[in-house]
Amino acid sequence: MSHHSISVKDLGFAYPDGTRALAGVSFEIGHGESIAIVGANGAGKSTLLMHLNGLHSASEGTVRIGDVPVTAKTLSGIRKTVGMVFQDPDDQLFMPTVGQDVGFGPMNMGLPEDEIEARVDDALTRVGALGLKGRPPYRLSGGEKRAVAIATVLAMCPDILVMDEPTSNLDPRARRNLIELLGTFEHTKIIATHDLDMALDLCERTIVIANGTVAADGPTRDIFADEALLDACQLEQPLVMQGCPVCGHGGEAPPLG
Amino acid sequence: MSTLESGLYRLGWLDEFSGRDTPMHRIDPRAKVLATVVFLVCVVSLGKYDLLALLPFVIFPIVLVSESGMPPRELGVRLAIAAPFALVVGVFNPLLDQVVIGSIGPIAVTGGWVSYASIMMRFLLTTSAALMLIATTGMTGVCAGIERLGVPDVLSTQLLFLYRYIFVLAEEVMRLARARSLRSFDHRGMGVRVYGSILGHLLLRSIARAQRVFDAMQCRGFDGHVRTRTALRMNGHDWAFLWGWSAVFILFRFVNVPLLLGGLVTKVIS
Repeated sequence: MSHHSISVKDLGFAYPDGTRALAGVSFEIGHGESIAIVGANGAGKSTLLMHLNGLHSASEGTVRIGDVPVTAKTLSGIRKTVGMVFQDPDDQLFMPTVGQDVGFGPMNMGLPEDEIEARVDDALTRVGALGLKGRPPYRLSGGEKRAVAIATVLAMCPDILVMDEPTSNLDPRARRNLIELLGTFEHTKIIATHDLDMALDLCERTIVIANGTVAADGPTRDIFADEALLDACQLEQPLVMQGCPVCGHGGEAPPLG
Repeated sequence: MSTLESGLYRLGWLDEFSGRDTPMHRIDPRAKVLATVVFLVCVVSLGKYDLLALLPFVIFPIVLVSESGMPPRELGVRLAIAAPFALVVGVFNPLLDQVVIGSIGPIAVTGGWVSYASIMMRFLLTTSAALMLIATTGMTGVCAGIERLGVPDVLSTQLLFLYRYIFVLAEEVMRLARARSLRSFDHRGMGVRVYGSILGHLLLRSIARAQRVFDAMQCRGFDGHVRTRTALRMNGHDWAFLWGWSAVFILFRFVNVPLLLGGLVTKVIS
């Protein structure tokens, strides 16, 4: 079995204060798939993501990455396989310079200096941020921070990319650039998002989470065409599928695949 | 721009300046840290009336400023920000210590005024030396330096993160302060109770952020040890800088050079 696959079975989780965030969540994700995880605020998306690399450990059920169950003993291997991009880049960029931040992961993996250097340059080049290498992260714009945050994860060469709201707080151009960038990645991708237009662009499959359970799981365009489902889960159709607000003309048919 | 915002800007400026490439910037952080420590110990260990003996120490900040290309105005602004603290610390000296210990022409000089002047002089020397250390080394360099010098990991890592998150925390404070001032009218809503609540929020937000940062670090294999990539090597120049300056400071500490020179000049004239 490939390391790029994820299997979640009957996953349940409650926070220490008793708030039940997930209950009976199950799904399988295969090698190279792009999955959007959508749901209203507080539906349990971020909590679910936290289980995929062991930041939360399952109180019920199991999470497996490839052949390996996510447990305290397998964490270091899991975290090399599953790269996680956080919602707020300020949480992710903690080193004094961009270059050092991108090198943080590879350095902790014990790689030799020249390999670290090569990975840092390669990751920054892929996100188009090589010019920012010597800059302190707090002096970057929102779009630059996001690109660098993705580079910090790419530098560890993970098989699976998990992203929490990658397009939030970005201006339209930065958002478009990010979508194009993510489209070039061949990793298995799991993207939790409210940006359903992006989900439509990038992900062939969507899992809808509502009240800590899987409300729907299927091809993105089928799910987004089901207005009753979206409404029940406090979501709306992507803008591209909605009617024109000026002429009332019907929305575009969702792109295939 | 609020005071906090301009303060942040100045801190950021210092950070960028530390990335320059001058002979002073190139010296190994360890040499600069140790030389600065010797400087500080020598300056603060002089007696409270040893105003004259403090004067020669000025040469160290002056050389650092001129060799690093630091605009003196930038240093002056930063010293001015910290100056009120020093001014207040010694403000009662002239009142408490009125023993006359000398005279300038017809004016009698009391011990209190001399010790007050010496406090100010020490403040100028130590603060400018510390600022120049940061300006020519950068916080990362200083942390890497002290770590190599054997300072426990926990301390150097704390220092590094403290510095990194000053910016994030200050931005959070600015947002809270802005939100409060926009909804406060005629001094209502500006009271201590609101401050208490703001501080509480700030604490909770900081704890939540600390947890998220720690999560992000764990995701990238953090095991309690921050590995910095600054390769450090002490070469001849660095050793010369360290031993040369240390010798000068120790000389200034134990030999009152201005007094000696004054004595010599008087002897030659007579």
